Amino acid sequence: MNILVCISHVPDTTSKINFVENDTQFDTNGVQFVINPNDEFGLTRAIWFKEKQGAQVHVIHVGTAPADPTLRKCLAIGADKAFRIDTPAIDGMAVAKELAAFVAENPYDLIIAGRESIDYNGAMVPGMLAALLDIAFVPNCVGLEVDGNNAVAEREIDGGREKLKGSLPMVIGGQKGLVEESDLKIPNMRGIMQARQKPFEVLSPKGSENTTKDVLFEKPAPKAAVKLVPADDIDQLIELLHKEANVI
Amino acid sequence: MSILLFAESENNKLKRNAAEIASYGAALAGELNKDCVAVSFNADNAQELGQFGVSKVFNVTNVPQQFDAHVYASVLTHYINSLGATHIILGSSADAKFLAPLVAANTDAAYAPNVVALPHEQQPLTVRRTAFTNKAFANTTLTAEVNIIGVGNNAFGTVEQAVDCVVENGTVEHAASHLKQLSISKETGKATIADADVVVSGGRGLKGPEHWHLVEDLAEVLDAATACSKPVSDMGWRSHDEHVGQTGKPVSTNLYIAIGISGAIQHLAGVNASKVKVVINNDPEAPFFKAADYGIVGDAFEVVPVLTEKLKAFKAQS
Ligand SMILES: Cc1cc2nc3c(=O)[nH]c(=O)nc-3n(C[C@H](O)[C@H](O)[C@H](O)COP(=O)(O)OP(=O)(O)OC[C@H]3O[C@@H](n4cnc5c(N)ncnc54)[C@H](O)[C@@H]3O)c2cc1C
Ligand SMILES: Nc1ncnc2c1ncn2[C@@H]1O[C@H](COP(=O)(O)O)[C@@H](O)[C@H]1O
Repeated sequence: MNILVCISHVPDTTSKINFVENDTQFDTNGVQFVINPNDEFGLTRAIWFKEKQGAQVHVIHVGTAPADPTLRKCLAIGADKAFRIDTPAIDGMAVAKELAAFVAENPYDLIIAGRESIDYNGAMVPGMLAALLDIAFVPNCVGLEVDGNNAVAEREIDGGREKLKGSLPMVIGGQKGLVEESDLKIPNMRGIMQARQKPFEVLSPKGSENTTKDVLFEKPAPKAAVKLVPADDIDQLIELLHKEANVI
Repeated sequence: MSILLFAESENNKLKRNAAEIASYGAALAGELNKDCVAVSFNADNAQELGQFGVSKVFNVTNVPQQFDAHVYASVLTHYINSLGATHIILGSSADAKFLAPLVAANTDAAYAPNVVALPHEQQPLTVRRTAFTNKAFANTTLTAEVNIIGVGNNAFGTVEQAVDCVVENGTVEHAASHLKQLSISKETGKATIADADVVVSGGRGLKGPEHWHLVEDLAEVLDAATACSKPVSDMGWRSHDEHVGQTGKPVSTNLYIAIGISGAIQHLAGVNASKVKVVINNDPEAPFFKAADYGIVGDAFEVVPVLTEKLKAFKAQS
């Protein structure tokens, strides 16, 4: 089985979010970038398929050179080969088109992406990719088993779970649950050394057009101070929620 | 030329969020002087969309009762093409977020998710959406011929504006399913985090799963969904389905009550979009107080039962 894991390269979850150039650009200064947490679950599941079922695991990112250490980390974790399509990721659809063009030329049995990236929060690239390739897609995927050409995937739905069956190739949008957090792979010294020898290709983009663009960022207005209610005056809280906030 | 919106349904009835999506679509149609048309699937009460300004509904009846993204996306694609729709409005439920990217790919559309208001510019179409997991807003332009707006839960609200509404029940030739459903497990009769108006959430401060009746009793009085912080689900005190935050489910309810949750940046990121936040924590320095609207510094084990009882009395008389 050949697996492609789509990696998005995002600010660490603790990052302070600031903007520069008149609030048109994200300020990367001092920000630590990491593998998108949802993709980490997917990558670990892919490595599991490699160890248990002999899969080949490739990782791919659409973006610019600053993401290379993130891809090297994926190799150190156990991926066999990395690709970067060298164009800035501006629009989810353009990213999906670049990925689809790559997969059309290099078919995979299984494409694992993340539920959503924690910076753009689009939850869009994997679904678009699946639709462009006209293959099945399972978002919010919290369980995946593959047997030959058949896959059984579980997805989280509002208030529960749904178990689905389909045939490969398939795209999934993975998240916590696909593997447990305690099983997440972290690179060890040997992995890091091996990663240096592993193939890493930088590819030219097809030039997919961007039809969305973030033109201006704003930070939420500073919050008014919390209204504290004494613990022995719950009636006051109920009054405030009813009359002032209008929520009960 | 029209605005097309997707009104979700379940068990042959429109879902609650259909009213908000209809309100948004009707408001946009009003601004652009276009028709507001909805597509629904197997909805017996599609007519009710008229209360929120929708003048025409195509209610499609030859699709599976159970949500099937690939099939539903092909039907929406059919209507977008046949009506020449330029603005497509969807919600932010798990199903809507599943559909939108498929529809976008089918129609080569531009798609902006998590939108919080009507477009503030039409040329180019510019919307405000949350980004960086609620730590910021982005103003995003959409410049394709078909543009899809994903409206955040509770971001716009419902606006009653009754118009004459024609429902056309019909069938549409659609794609075959890609996936076969093997099973579904869903708690019925319980509010879900995505649908509820109120979410009551518990953190590590509650000390153990045996104390969760505090959260559940309060939730019951408020008709609320229950949620928890990440360590609580990691330790298995509560099911993973309840984990909210940056790496869990997003919450954007009208009221979020956090009990014994410190307010770590990753937790706040996922719940900050909620309109009103109430925090109950015995540590006055807990970071959540900086993000909250109302707070009680106190012991949850004492405060919450009193709150539940008093709310019960309040609900009984109002
Ligand atoms: C990559 C990453 C992603 C993460 N994603 C998420 C996420 O999506 N969601 C999430 O929630 N967390 C997430 N976290 C974890 C987050 O950093 C915090 O560790 C977590 O939110 C803390 O949970 P808590 O508030 O329940 O527990 P604690 O931080 O232990 O807080 C417990 C609180 O309870 C209070 N308390 C104690 N006793 C009482 C009492 N008797 N009455 C009232 N209050 C009491 C304490 O004062 C304290 O403030 C993530 C972390 C990382 C590194
Ligand atoms: N630039 C990118 N390159 C490769 N994969 C990506 C990129 N952006 C998003 N993805 C994948 O799509 C998933 C969802 O991202 P998003 O649609 O941005 O929320 C991520 O978890 C990745 O797996």
